[in-house]
Amino acid sequence: MIEGILIGIKTALSFQNLLMVMIGCFAGTIIGMLPGLGPMTAIALMIPITYGFDPATGLILMAGVYYGAVFGGSTSSILINAPGVPGTVATSFDGYPMAQQGKAGKALAIAAYSSFAGGTIAAIFLLIAAPSLSKVSLSFRSPDYFGLMILGLTAVAAFSSKGNFLKAMMMCVLGLMLASVGQDTLSDIPRFTFNTMNLSDGISFVLVVMATFAMSEALTIILKKNDPTKAAKQISLTDLGSIKVSREETKQMAKTIPRSSILGFIVGVLPGAGATIASFLAYGMERNFVNNEEKEKFGKGSVQGLSAPETANNAACSGAFVPLLTLGIPGSGTTAVMLGALLGFGIQPGPRLYETNPEIFWSVIMSMYIGMVVLLILNLPLIPYIARILAVPRTFLIPMILFFSVTGIYLMSFNNFDIFLMIGIAVVATILRLYDFPMPPLILAFVLGGLMEENLRRSLLISDGSWSFLYNRPLTLCIMIVILAIVIWQVYNSFVKKK
Amino acid sequence: MKINSVKIISLLFFVLSAFYLYTAYQIQVFAFDEDAPFNAKTFPIYLGYVGMFFSGLKMVLPDQKPIEINPTNLEFKKTILLVITMIFYGATILKVGFFLSTSLFLVFSYYFLGERRWKYILIFSFPFVAIFMYLLHGLLAVYLRDPLLKYIGIMG
Repeated sequence: MIEGILIGIKTALSFQNLLMVMIGCFAGTIIGMLPGLGPMTAIALMIPITYGFDPATGLILMAGVYYGAVFGGSTSSILINAPGVPGTVATSFDGYPMAQQGKAGKALAIAAYSSFAGGTIAAIFLLIAAPSLSKVSLSFRSPDYFGLMILGLTAVAAFSSKGNFLKAMMMCVLGLMLASVGQDTLSDIPRFTFNTMNLSDGISFVLVVMATFAMSEALTIILKKNDPTKAAKQISLTDLGSIKVSREETKQMAKTIPRSSILGFIVGVLPGAGATIASFLAYGMERNFVNNEEKEKFGKGSVQGLSAPETANNAACSGAFVPLLTLGIPGSGTTAVMLGALLGFGIQPGPRLYETNPEIFWSVIMSMYIGMVVLLILNLPLIPYIARILAVPRTFLIPMILFFSVTGIYLMSFNNFDIFLMIGIAVVATILRLYDFPMPPLILAFVLGGLMEENLRRSLLISDGSWSFLYNRPLTLCIMIVILAIVIWQVYNSFVKKK
Repeated sequence: MKINSVKIISLLFFVLSAFYLYTAYQIQVFAFDEDAPFNAKTFPIYLGYVGMFFSGLKMVLPDQKPIEINPTNLEFKKTILLVITMIFYGATILKVGFFLSTSLFLVFSYYFLGERRWKYILIFSFPFVAIFMYLLHGLLAVYLRDPLLKYIGIMG
């Protein structure tokens, strides 16, 4: 393990990778500050660029974008009460009142220090948990993996779809359907290609991500007459004030950070939960921990009320990497995009990753820590300047997003068909978004589709066509019970609440 | 049961799943694989049924949070114009080449979205694409197909 850590440090500290962390954090902060354009769009736009790099560098860039986007989301939450990403909604509860009291700089500093501390503690947990879980997961069999993948999809549909479970499940099915297009991996039999050569290799992952996120988000912004750059214009005009944090405030943060980090990390590891749930839970938990006097300050600019969600959402971001790196199963849309990118590099994350590609495994973990430092040192003092760069009119921003999306696909395939297919999927995704059909489950399902079919194939062949593999192993049985409970509970909920 | 847009989308999804299921049954597998516990059409067949199950449930169960969208609040004209511009961009990028088609796509998109400052429109189209191409093709050695620039002799 020590040897692996040293390899990771060496890889992460190379000039190119350090540069990538900085670029990633910077680009992520910029996009994260724009309400409506989340980390998934930021990462999706980066994918075509990363194909020119080696896998470790590509993943480091994407991890930097992820953290940067969450940090950027906090900034717009605090300064103008417009969360750039859902994971930073709870940050605005106390961050915005602080900014209104003329302590915007202090609120940003508290958020940055809390994010840094939360991310650091979670990176240490990841350092310890990931190798141990990798060893445990080596004992997993195909039925367990198949069950885990269904669990991941149902959990994401249940917890991250804001009460739209059935819509989210439909999106999962649509993602799996799109993944099934092309030649069957084992027999090479064409499926759903409609005699078109262009579909025989299947639909490209980058195409689906670009269409459902970057392109459809851009079209949604135009369709709904939103102006994401309005937020940046406001931020660039905000007077931040001092960023100095007093000793008393540091003491308050010192109590909050450890417990929120633990909570955030655990929630992040769970499939589907992620930064949004972690930040809300941490906010609620912190409110129960503080004394009555401090409780009164919650919602009016409490230091602990701001520190708790910020710590938890960053810890959850690190936690989300645990299932991705150890099981090869992403627990969220963002990590699903990263898995897709890794598969594009020809690397299969999973329990053997840290034996076969230790430089990737450890350098990603190390670069997370470096990313935290970059965000703290570079981004915090640069916020007003970043916002000024970002205050470009949407008349320029939207065509640029569309241009990068089309160019990304064009550079990969040099094929008109792929561009038309991407536009078609983007139009459908825009209509679905309008009616609150969530896109992350679609991406997660699209990425997992091939693996899921592969594990189902093995399980059915081993059990000679019998579905008894679902309950023969205790672990598979437990997973299936949890899945059933989630589905029944969600369907029951959607039926009962109306009455 | 109230019929709304979500129910109609669910119905369309149900039809899509049924069509998917029909197509899955039509997949030709090898003769020796026909009765195997798992072949190329097994997974798609299950998927078709699952799609019909969830979309059917969505159609039948009442909506918790019905979504009301006022069409007058939506910008259809600009969105459709952008989509058409993208289709033209996609259709011309291979034949006309990256430089001209991308620059024209950007010019038209800026204009359709309401930008009228021609100085900025021109700066962020032709010179911007030229710099982008230089970075990609010249510095990073990423191949960019451009018959027009090749014909003129600018690109090798």
